Amino acid sequence: MDGDRASVLGSRVLRMEDHRLLTAGGTYVADLRVPELAGAAQVTFVRSPIAHALITGIDASVALGEPGVVAVLTGRDLGDLNGQAGQPMPEPLLATGRVRFVGEPVAMVITDGRYQGEDAAELVSVDYEPLAAVVGFGAALADETLLFPDTGSNVVATGGDEQGAGDAMFDGCDVVLGATFPNQRVAPVPLEVRGAAAAWADGRLTVWASTQNAQIARATISGRLAMDQAAVRVITPDVGGGFGAKIGTDRDAIAVAWAATRVGRPVCWSETRGENLVAMTHGRSQRQTVRIGGTRDGRILAYRLDFVQDLGAYPRGAYLASLTRLMTSGAYEIPRVRCGYQVVVTNTTPVDAYRGAGRPEATAAIERAVDMFAAEIGMDPAEVRRLNVVPPGSFPYTSPTGAVYDTGDYAAALDKVLAAAGYRDLRAEQARRRERGDTMQLGIGLSVYVEVTAGDHASGETGKVEVHEDGTVTVSTGSSPHGQGHATSWAMLVQEELGIPMADVTVVHGDTDVIPRGTGTYGSRSLQLGGAAVQKAAAAVREQARGLAAELAGATEAEMELDPRLGIWRVRGESGTELEWGKVAGQAGIEGLVADVLFVAKSPTFPFGAHVAVVEVDTETGKASLVRHVTVDDAGTLLNPLLAEGQRHGGIAQGAAQALVEEVLYDPDGNPLTATLADYATITATELPSFELVASQTPTAVNPLGAKGIGEAGTIGSTPAVQSAVIDAVAHLGVRHIDMPTTPQRVWAAISAAAISAARGGQ
Amino acid sequence: MIPAPFSYYRALSVDEALDLAAEHGEEAKFLAGGHSLLPLMKLRLALPEVVIDIGRLADLSHIRDAGDHITLGALTRHHDLEHSGLLARELPLLACAAGQVGDPQIRHRGTIGGSLAHADPASDLPAVVLALDATLVARGPSGTREIAAADFFGGLFETALEPDELLTEIRVPKPAAPRWSFQKFTKRAIDWAIVGVAVQGDAVALVNMGETPLRAAAVERALADGAAPRAAAALAAEGTRASADINATRDYREHLARVLVARGLQEAHARA
Repeated sequence: MDGDRASVLGSRVLRMEDHRLLTAGGTYVADLRVPELAGAAQVTFVRSPIAHALITGIDASVALGEPGVVAVLTGRDLGDLNGQAGQPMPEPLLATGRVRFVGEPVAMVITDGRYQGEDAAELVSVDYEPLAAVVGFGAALADETLLFPDTGSNVVATGGDEQGAGDAMFDGCDVVLGATFPNQRVAPVPLEVRGAAAAWADGRLTVWASTQNAQIARATISGRLAMDQAAVRVITPDVGGGFGAKIGTDRDAIAVAWAATRVGRPVCWSETRGENLVAMTHGRSQRQTVRIGGTRDGRILAYRLDFVQDLGAYPRGAYLASLTRLMTSGAYEIPRVRCGYQVVVTNTTPVDAYRGAGRPEATAAIERAVDMFAAEIGMDPAEVRRLNVVPPGSFPYTSPTGAVYDTGDYAAALDKVLAAAGYRDLRAEQARRRERGDTMQLGIGLSVYVEVTAGDHASGETGKVEVHEDGTVTVSTGSSPHGQGHATSWAMLVQEELGIPMADVTVVHGDTDVIPRGTGTYGSRSLQLGGAAVQKAAAAVREQARGLAAELAGATEAEMELDPRLGIWRVRGESGTELEWGKVAGQAGIEGLVADVLFVAKSPTFPFGAHVAVVEVDTETGKASLVRHVTVDDAGTLLNPLLAEGQRHGGIAQGAAQALVEEVLYDPDGNPLTATLADYATITATELPSFELVASQTPTAVNPLGAKGIGEAGTIGSTPAVQSAVIDAVAHLGVRHIDMPTTPQRVWAAISAAAISAARGGQ
Repeated sequence: MIPAPFSYYRALSVDEALDLAAEHGEEAKFLAGGHSLLPLMKLRLALPEVVIDIGRLADLSHIRDAGDHITLGALTRHHDLEHSGLLARELPLLACAAGQVGDPQIRHRGTIGGSLAHADPASDLPAVVLALDATLVARGPSGTREIAAADFFGGLFETALEPDELLTEIRVPKPAAPRWSFQKFTKRAIDWAIVGVAVQGDAVALVNMGETPLRAAAVERALADGAAPRAAAALAAEGTRASADINATRDYREHLARVLVARGLQEAHARA
């Protein structure tokens, strides 16, 4: 072997974490049996049953007399810690004075046993004086009822291009059309609900939290509780999914942490699914108005997006609007682009990051607009897209809203996915069914997308690699796995750099005492920042080891070589000089053989792709079934295609779910109508086909791995493709648009309305 | 998602179950497979003070050929109905419908008696036994009585059972005609039916078109008068009182009933 070797990078390595997770099971917050939590009391939240009301009194006296009740804590007990002084729309930890959504925490009942808590919570008497509820975009903008009267408006922020600005942008267009539609509110529904546990001892607060970001959670908890950051330790056990809704920590977990400082014993909290569906943040929730114009031969000349972002009761997710705006023009080169938005509060569950956070919304809007444009000029939607995507020679491409797309070839992605789907044959089959007037019609939907990952590239990510005297390795990462497969990926990187087998690599994460610096996992940032940090740390360790090995061998550093297959150092060309890693690590002495790297990328990356969705629509019942889904999702160089495919699978499923079935609903008074999993329709395997994934890798130069993010791409691409396919299936019946989710009733109503309209037109 | 406090008794015989029911009266609920009652208790929509677990009464779980009819123990699980060779031959409608209840976990726990006694109009099996003209057998303190399926369902979650009565057996006559169909319309496979239709011979029953399962009387009359299936199906919504919810308006349910009855009659006819 002359230095040539099989690289593990790019291989379909099976997940190392699965054996444990699938056999013994993970240890989630609710499973913790650590000594620090011995004798812990249980926290049950008293939550508002009313969307908008004044709290005129809280009487806990009856509850306090119940068996096992340790304490009932309210916002008053929190004192100055409760509010967000100085904020125009402060979000307290526990509501005082006013509740603003059903599910808002009002009090905490601390009990010996969990069931006692549920019973006692029912006996905490809260007097509510109901107010009119602000539900929906119109009610929010009307400002007749205000969530925060002091601010004078429910509008949190406005941004981008003003209404009316650039009205001349559509001058010169042969065709101009517009539409208004929702990008509906959805619930993240991680398998593991929210949970936290906390222990207070010797002036230090230890918080176990189900979070995507231990270090951010530490900053938030210490900030809200006015504690020194060093006095707070956050530990994340296994985390069963987050999808953005477990970024950092929210008020419930902070209140739980605070409770541990009050009741003289550790506390545990694990919410129920019912609480999760109303009190964990939701996603999306925009009302979008698009206007698109162009020539009859298919050139798009102008596009305008105006949207209202509903943030629910508290403005946690105000950044969602600017992320949406950043990606306004999508994968297209459009001469004139504008985007303006208003961000509002309503008496509903707060809205924050959810798989894609801004990019799915922007993509859904422009893809819908492009489809409408194609339909209006009678051109194939694939052809319109091919004509208008950013051409391959234009990268880096600066979009009209200021995003700098690093690398890509959108037309190639489109052509690949059309070829893989057999687009022409699909259209022929569709034509046959239309001609026959079949009950089951075929719909074909397309999307071409570009998205932004590692948007917060400047905060970077940490990676620390240490080789021990037994030759094993510990990787400490600031990144935070909750399904992505970090243990596998990081071990692959170490094996690649050091020749130490993956099985000897342990990945440690999510303990702020062990890893004080880090950002965690969101925005599809882990591999391109955290992975790059691990790779750089491993490389630094290798170079340190070269010096140590040289000392041991009595040779120069230049003479030392690492056999990357065997993980053995030797003097080049001299047999009998072999040194194992453990021995080299021993030479490092007390300082250890270790490197700690913060990797900061100079810019975000822009994954891209194209999807083809094929649906069958039963034109008598309106039921749409996704029968094929073919995608190109180009995330640069892939470290492990198997993991990348897993991310695509989950993403496609969640995106298709938004297009087909998922929607959080409220009645006009703000009462949630989808507060159980019987009513909130998550998609299941029976509603999904096997996905057809087409390989495509266009590296980025932004990080040494050439990697872009893949966690959200599937979601971003699939939603518009599936929605478009459903509409396409019934387009020949005169249907031009169907709002998401394209439920059977909506599809049936659209078909019926088109039939009535056709009948009137024919009179 | 955590039930209110309740007392739990496990009955080891039907007699013991009846004694417990007599003792606790209206405060008690029988627990069979638990897949209807327990979710309601967890949501605190059902607050029984006493739960009498009859899940281990093995003598209430059976499928038997009794000559001109089939007898089913009330605790026979959906999974067993679905996979019974006897039912596949004699009552394929029931086997098919049982195989579409919920998901596999639910079918391994849920029971036919539980489903019937719970009387959720969105459940599949109540309409199926209605279409099959089944007889339901209940035992109470004063002995056994037979209730025709047509008399069993009184209203939303209401049956002819007295609080101290236990549904023990379902007797289903072997159908004369091999014509059957089960049409279940859902958003997702695991959902309750938005609308469902059970067809056996000239009997047509509807799922979720009112507060109880219903026979599509107008359809049946039209068929008896010699109407073509499509024409008869157009009458499917007559006499129904479908509710509106987040999945369907009343209009849409009525439309679905017409479509599904037409399909059911067509499929049943094709089996003849």
